[in-house]
Amino acid sequence: MAQQNDIKYIAPVAVDIKKKKYCRFKKSGIKYIDYKDAEFLKKFVNEQGKILPRRLTGTSLKYQKKVAQAVKRARHLALLPFVTDNLKSNQ
Amino acid sequence: MANQYETVFIMTPVLSEEQMKETVQKFESILTGKGAEIVHQESWGLRKLEYPIQKKSSGFYHLFEFKADGDVVGELELQFRRDERIMRFLTVTMDKYAIAFAEKRRNNRKEKPAQEEEKPVAEQDTVNEETKTEEQA
Repeated sequence: MAQQNDIKYIAPVAVDIKKKKYCRFKKSGIKYIDYKDAEFLKKFVNEQGKILPRRLTGTSLKYQKKVAQAVKRARHLALLPFVTDNLKSNQ
Repeated sequence: MANQYETVFIMTPVLSEEQMKETVQKFESILTGKGAEIVHQESWGLRKLEYPIQKKSSGFYHLFEFKADGDVVGELELQFRRDERIMRFLTVTMDKYAIAFAEKRRNNRKEKPAQEEEKPVAEQDTVNEETKTEEQA
């Protein structure tokens, strides 16, 4: 799965700018974000392990706060790194 | 019986399987001794850490879910700090969504303990291209 990852960017580049962003949690009715599920949380951090901003992911404020909380908890438990390189390519 | 709490803690990888179970047993008895009701517990086994803790790169993870009064948590965490076998711990209060989620997760794990895929992942927008395709496959 590494082919696409040869290009390294700090934040995912918005390929289709026209597409309207939406909050995935509101849309699919997820109420609780689990800090134990590191694979899921990796969708909300960039390759260095930084939390992606709302403006890129489209997450609503309510859930962005919960995502941030979950990511921080996962970091404390060493389920996610605080800092790293190539987080997504070495999965 | 006030709140429901969830505790995850990491034990040193130096322990043998038996010592690990003994440690878990110890904290279980601390909890029950304080009048807590253990709802659920699971062992994740030896896991690789994402960054070294106390110069160790792996550890035994264990999870407790219990109902207790708030002062039990303080006591438990004190015991965690005193025990050198414990490298890390985290206790969180569970709200109603967390409780519902934990229940669902438990059922999912029972059915197929290999992986949990309880999140109906609403696709992409800017988020990582590959994890998405992987999930749909």
